[in-house]
Amino acid sequence: MTIQLYLQFVILPLMAVTAILIFIRFLLGPSLSDRVVSLELLMTTAIGMICVFAVVFDEQNYMDVAVILALISFLTTVAFSYYIEKQKRQ
Amino acid sequence: MTDIAIMIIITLGALFVLFAALGIVRMPDLYLRISVTTKAATLGVGMILIGAAMYFNEASITTRALAIVFFLILTAPVGAHLIGNTSYYKGVPLWNRSKVDDLKNSSNGPPENEVRKDEPQRPQGEQTAE
Repeated sequence: MTIQLYLQFVILPLMAVTAILIFIRFLLGPSLSDRVVSLELLMTTAIGMICVFAVVFDEQNYMDVAVILALISFLTTVAFSYYIEKQKRQ
Repeated sequence: MTDIAIMIIITLGALFVLFAALGIVRMPDLYLRISVTTKAATLGVGMILIGAAMYFNEASITTRALAIVFFLILTAPVGAHLIGNTSYYKGVPLWNRSKVDDLKNSSNGPPENEVRKDEPQRPQGEQTAE
């Protein structure tokens, strides 16, 4: 069993289950902050998923996408917390 | 041999991310969910990235993977603190079995003083000094 097959048929379904669980919290979440936290966790999971895809397809350029997504994930959290704080003051 | 090691590391990383997802579904409180997100998911994604770096075995890919790990470790606590602080001041309730609430008597605390006329970034040390 090669490593590509193992990653494709064991790890990727596991991470798909992970994404579905996080998306349940994204739909249920009582407050807006819960949705922001679950979105951040979803983007962190997406970074790991992109790295698994880079190993599966043996393509090195996918790691650049993971770098950009890690940068954007932090900016998303900062921007959402800024706007939640602005929402209170008015 | 290396393939076995890569498989074990990536499996452990995926399991940590799965535990983080279970935690974010099962935890009763926003702040406990933030705690789960910060710790377990960062460790899991870091292990997946280290496995990918071991698979490619090149300097450029290893540098990128280490840069992502460093950036995640650097920014996950900052983002968690930002969103937790903001949602506390917005009035998101704590779990009813939470014991410690250090910000309850803070100057710009959430529930009592709705009209907050003082400057928002007042340092916390003034309140404790009184």
